[in-house]
Amino acid sequence: MSLKHSWIIATKDLKAIRHRKTILYTLVITPIALSLLFGYIVQYAVSSAAPGTSVSDYAFLLDAFAFWFVIIAAILPSPIASYSIVGEKVERSLEPLLATPVTDGEILLGKSLAAFIPTILASYAGAAIYMAYADRALYGVVGYLYYPNWEMVVILLLLAPLTCLLSIELNVIISSRVTDVRAASQLGSVVFAPFMGLYIAGEIDVITLNAITLLVISAILAGLSVGMFYMSTRTFQREEILTKWK
Amino acid sequence: MIETEGLTRKFGGVTAVDGLTLKVDDGEVFGFLGPNGAGKTTTVRVLCCLISKTSGTARIAQYEVGDGADSVSIRKIIGLVPDNVGLYEGMSAYDNLDFYGKLYDRTESQRKESNEYFLKMLGLWEKRDSAAGTFSKGMKQKLAVARALIHDPQVLFLDEPTANLDPESAKTVRDFILELKREKKTIFLNTHNLDEAQRICDRIAILNTRLMAIGTAEELERTVKGRQTVIRLSRTSDAVVRAMERLSLSNLSYDGARAAFDVVDPEKENPPVVRAIIEAGGEVQTVTVQGSTLEEAYLKLVKEQQ
Repeated sequence: MSLKHSWIIATKDLKAIRHRKTILYTLVITPIALSLLFGYIVQYAVSSAAPGTSVSDYAFLLDAFAFWFVIIAAILPSPIASYSIVGEKVERSLEPLLATPVTDGEILLGKSLAAFIPTILASYAGAAIYMAYADRALYGVVGYLYYPNWEMVVILLLLAPLTCLLSIELNVIISSRVTDVRAASQLGSVVFAPFMGLYIAGEIDVITLNAITLLVISAILAGLSVGMFYMSTRTFQREEILTKWK
Repeated sequence: MIETEGLTRKFGGVTAVDGLTLKVDDGEVFGFLGPNGAGKTTTVRVLCCLISKTSGTARIAQYEVGDGADSVSIRKIIGLVPDNVGLYEGMSAYDNLDFYGKLYDRTESQRKESNEYFLKMLGLWEKRDSAAGTFSKGMKQKLAVARALIHDPQVLFLDEPTANLDPESAKTVRDFILELKREKKTIFLNTHNLDEAQRICDRIAILNTRLMAIGTAEELERTVKGRQTVIRLSRTSDAVVRAMERLSLSNLSYDGARAAFDVVDPEKENPPVVRAIIEAGGEVQTVTVQGSTLEEAYLKLVKEQQ
């Protein structure tokens, strides 16, 4: 497999994404807006708290907000992956691409990178804004920088990338059955539902979203991702694309 | 350059291409004619290693179609213009070519040179920075042909390259194919257009799932009914008709002042007929030898199979 070929395809798609305003705005606005909102809520909670409130009183709120960066990583790749695969299908540009010496795996990797890189960068940028905002608000109360903590490290280095990968893999599978970019994007977004469920479970104290729980979720996701990778590579084969894709 | 032996492709219970055996020589322009659903595009896709064959063998240059390692080698030496051009509509003409140049591992200077060469040759240089989506159908088709040639392939597969084009654009694309023919490129041309096939191709195959016929346009024309002599008479009589009947001409038909009969060698067979007509008191106005057209040959072969 040539990484060079994958990178050529990824950069072509990344360039195209720059011209798709809806995707671009989603990528930029979603993480920044949520980060600012969460930061503001933390600041408000701190400023309106009774004297003597400790950091543990905020912990459930902080853990919940941190988990949102997993949800962001689930949502953001969907429009990009849908555009990059279903878009090519609609433009009928996959056939000439498949006629080049590039392998199916290289194309799939290129398309995945084009969705993965901006999602992760946007998630990290959002997380950085949120952490800075929250730390600024909390520092006066706790006397140290609350973020980055182990939960955030697991979220940003394990959970968010794995979730992003899973979302991309799901989108590849969906792309084979759908001929409309928007429909593919909407269907692909359903991957956020289980994460939303985890978030709610955390909120109502069914589970605690601490570093250990997050590591367990990461391990499950890694397993799921391997299975989905197998399915997506089976779907993204030139024979399948040209004879079975709708 | 291209060789197939019993090449078959089935989709479930439906046979798209059935036992295709043919050989395309190096530098030959080979026309592939057939009705919709005849298996032309499937054949091209199999040969371009885009889909697998069900049975049979196929080779391009020294590479085996269907062999995993050879598939990549084949795709390196071929260029494909599919029936749907499939350009990146949001990208400029130049970037479309450059992207493919990169995928074929061309260096930056090679890409620059070939992008400029093809865009200028096809009259698209002035529009190089315009998005392909703003192009007319003809311009898109030309750009797709340039894209397929960007890596200087040994074999070019063209799937209906002039379909849906206006006559002027179709002519530009055809002229370009003729230019490539002069450069001795091997070209495999799928087309519905009989006139185009006749004008461009060295040999033509007629496919309707199975290979119906193969040969030069002239050879295919002869498969229908050979040639026919038509004699127009300015003066005729029963004696003239009887004189012609005595000659036992093949498929003689007589309609007032027009007589027609099949001939194999008109230069040898026509003079005695003319002589007999004159001796019987008739007067010959014109003698013409008509061949059947490629269209007749095509329709006959396709109809026969149906």
